Amino acid sequence: MIPILLITIPLVAGLLSFFLKNEGMERSWALGMATITLAIAVIGVTIPDGNALLQHTCTWLPALGSDFSVGMDGMGKLLVLLTALAFPIIFTTIFKSTYKKANNFFGLMLLGQAGLMGVFVATDALLFYFFWELALIPMYFLCSQWGGENRIRVSFKFFIYTFIGSLLMLIGLLWLQSKTATHSFSLQSFYALKLSAKEQSGLFWLMFIAFAIKMPIFPLHTWQPDAYEQSPTAVTMVLSGVMVKMGLLGIIRWLLPVMPIAFHAWGDVVMSLSVVGIVYASLIAIRQDDIKRLVAYSSIAHIGLMCMALFSENLSGVQGALVQMFNHGINIIGLWIMVDIIEKRFGTRKMSELGGLAKHHPVMAIFFVLIAFANIALPLTNAFPGEFLMFNGVINAQTSPLYAILFTVFAGMGIILGAVYTLNMVRKIFFGEVNAVYQQQTDLKLHEQIGLGVIVILILITGFFPQLLLNITEPFANTVTTAFVKIKS
Amino acid sequence: MNALIISALLGVVMMFSGIIFKKNASIRYLAIAGMMLLWVANAWEMCTANPLFNIDTKGMIDVDRFSYLFISIAIAATLIYFLLSAKDMEKVGVNYAEYFSLIFFITCGIALVASFKSLLILFIGIEIISIPLYILTGSDKRNLKSNEASLKYFLLGSFSTGLMLMGITFIYGAQGTFNITQPLVRDAADKVPMLFTAGMLLMLFSMAFKVSAAPFHFWTPDVYDGAPSVFTSFMATIVKAALFIAFVRLFNEGFGEIEHQWKMLVGIIIAITLFVGNITAVFQQSVKRMLAYSSIAQAGFMLFAVYAVTAESKEGLLLYAAAYSLATIGIFAVLIKLNDYTFDGFNGLAKTQPLLAGVTTICLLSLAGIPLTAGFLSKFYMLKNTLSAGNNLWLVIFAVLMAAVSVFYYFRVIQAMYFKDTDTPQTINVSLPFKITLVVVAALIIILGIMPGLVLQYLYF
Repeated sequence: MIPILLITIPLVAGLLSFFLKNEGMERSWALGMATITLAIAVIGVTIPDGNALLQHTCTWLPALGSDFSVGMDGMGKLLVLLTALAFPIIFTTIFKSTYKKANNFFGLMLLGQAGLMGVFVATDALLFYFFWELALIPMYFLCSQWGGENRIRVSFKFFIYTFIGSLLMLIGLLWLQSKTATHSFSLQSFYALKLSAKEQSGLFWLMFIAFAIKMPIFPLHTWQPDAYEQSPTAVTMVLSGVMVKMGLLGIIRWLLPVMPIAFHAWGDVVMSLSVVGIVYASLIAIRQDDIKRLVAYSSIAHIGLMCMALFSENLSGVQGALVQMFNHGINIIGLWIMVDIIEKRFGTRKMSELGGLAKHHPVMAIFFVLIAFANIALPLTNAFPGEFLMFNGVINAQTSPLYAILFTVFAGMGIILGAVYTLNMVRKIFFGEVNAVYQQQTDLKLHEQIGLGVIVILILITGFFPQLLLNITEPFANTVTTAFVKIKS
Repeated sequence: MNALIISALLGVVMMFSGIIFKKNASIRYLAIAGMMLLWVANAWEMCTANPLFNIDTKGMIDVDRFSYLFISIAIAATLIYFLLSAKDMEKVGVNYAEYFSLIFFITCGIALVASFKSLLILFIGIEIISIPLYILTGSDKRNLKSNEASLKYFLLGSFSTGLMLMGITFIYGAQGTFNITQPLVRDAADKVPMLFTAGMLLMLFSMAFKVSAAPFHFWTPDVYDGAPSVFTSFMATIVKAALFIAFVRLFNEGFGEIEHQWKMLVGIIIAITLFVGNITAVFQQSVKRMLAYSSIAQAGFMLFAVYAVTAESKEGLLLYAAAYSLATIGIFAVLIKLNDYTFDGFNGLAKTQPLLAGVTTICLLSLAGIPLTAGFLSKFYMLKNTLSAGNNLWLVIFAVLMAAVSVFYYFRVIQAMYFKDTDTPQTINVSLPFKITLVVVAALIIILGIMPGLVLQYLYF
């Protein structure tokens, strides 16, 4: 019942939003609906796994072996919570921003939310694919209509990239379906499959490419910095905060339990790609002058680490990645909100043109520094427990010890480099010589303070009490890791 | 049987309606009413299995559930086409009533090719479809391009019909019968005679020509571009789908026994068709020509129904025919309203005509195969059946990559409509019924994309 509500409320609200004529009303409408969704998501998270309220199945396309079946497990809960939190926060901080045809803008945002919710709760492969695309289409229109000057080319590149990936995934899903005993698309029938190592290998790459493009993993990341830079910042928040998690969820739910042998066999390759991505993206981030591009590259590095931790095949790595999926979403949305505020206030995103903002904008500086600390995973911020668990996982990875150490060392370098570019950004924007032009601008407004306040509270609460999140994911992580045990035996 | 006879009668009625009615509007209403009558007659026969006319065809025609369903889809699509574009036929020439008459005759041909059991009926059906099409292509008499297209179509079309007759002759020589359901005659080594194989190949080539599969597609862009746009819309959709039904019936029921002999060949034709159609479409400057190449590309996907010899593939083809026809008719209906057929002609359409732009977008998304539209599920059916037929992953992956290419040119139109502005906004006058019909088209595309069972469940009972 709850997953259905989580999908239909934003869907219906989004469709209705297109017909709102009253200027200004669409914001309150979108914010209100997103808040209702959040309330339902919170209720859903507090219900224990396996409760009937969290599952729903009805026949949909019997001829194709597909049912409309949705359900929330530990990972689903966490990501649903993230999605449900992200949208009200985003709507709050952009409450006063002006958009041309704002009703369409907010409508498409809500449709995107419906698609994301669907991806996170779908337990039928065809349904999963439907929502996978449904989440993409509104984002494409949002980027192309309200983005920067190169928006049409860049968002098209983004679309083609992900579309090719998802079509390959579709072939993989079709292949899996043809192998199942009952020719069904349901998750259970996929899990019951026993495929040969050769079949698993082929399937692994068909599907992994789709997920790797979405995350993105080096070398399939080239759409990402451009798309993040050119999209309107509210959309970038959704893309980088929530949408990239679709790829990680895909790996955990649709790849790992179905083809564990290939997952193990190709683990080293994927981990190597991820580690290359981490170091490469961090190095590029250091050289950036545009803060939007800097945050975009830092996101590649963070996602790379999560992917690595998954492929380390142990409980600690999986737990860390699951928790970090949530925390990274919160942190990066916080960073984007700051970027958006700075850009709107001062008309530039170049660090070389900013400077000394802390003097006249102390509130802004405090928020920014706190979020920046979370981005580099200092202890007592939310990212710390996640990254700690992930590193613990990677160093104990199911690969040769030499590889495990090398991976850990290079990924650790990524963290150090992360501190370099993040703190550098803080220094260049908020400290140093005061740029006289910017003194007149006001400090944070109330609605911005509310949005950022929620984020900072979340950062601190989950930083102090990481067990809150770990409790949600633990039963799920345990079931995932039993798959690893199966490979070893 | 109802559809076959009533459509022929209505064709004659429409021919004389030009003498009786002086007003174009009256002729149009008569045609629309006739099409509705045809649909009802067919649906009534489909549900009650109780035809108005009982004619013994000696087993040459067998109207099964599959044919009924296809005929009703074709008639419904033609009805929608009439509602959207019949008014624009006035601009083509003075012989308004005759255009409708020809289209009713084509519908009669469609009813034949959808239900043939004998190669003779197939031949007659294809000729009944083709000859009115030659006329419709050249109906814009003062336009040189239209004349050229008509002549080209006629010459190449007759040549391929010649090939088909030759093939039928060979097959008759080998089999001793025109009936395709007879078991194949085999020699001592349990092989079919060479004569039969040669006949089958000739049939394959001529059918590939009719459905504009590469490398037999060269007539398509010129004919589709030269013909008056209203008729291109009809030719590229309903007629093409009907020819595909004939193609699938012939190869599934007639030659399915020896599928190993032609399967590889069809696979290669699919690959070439997808490649040529999609890649060439990318480079077009005119939306009308782009749609011509897109119809070649879509033909490549429909050929999968021939390739995968299963009952489900026929079912998939029905869905594909409906999805493709609806979407293309919708886009053409909007295109005809514009003065400028280039991509730039669509610039800023979302501002001036948001409804038209919205429906066109849904049609384009459907053609590109995006989920929630009928186009996705129909492509999905095709790929699923092909994969389950086994040993052809290369072809499926190739098709999917080509589908990704197709996004490139379909989205160019969307980009023009939504993200580009124009200095010279066109004034487009559309009536309310036109808008309502467009919304119905969009709704049908989405309903079929979510619940295809509404149409297809009839096949299971």
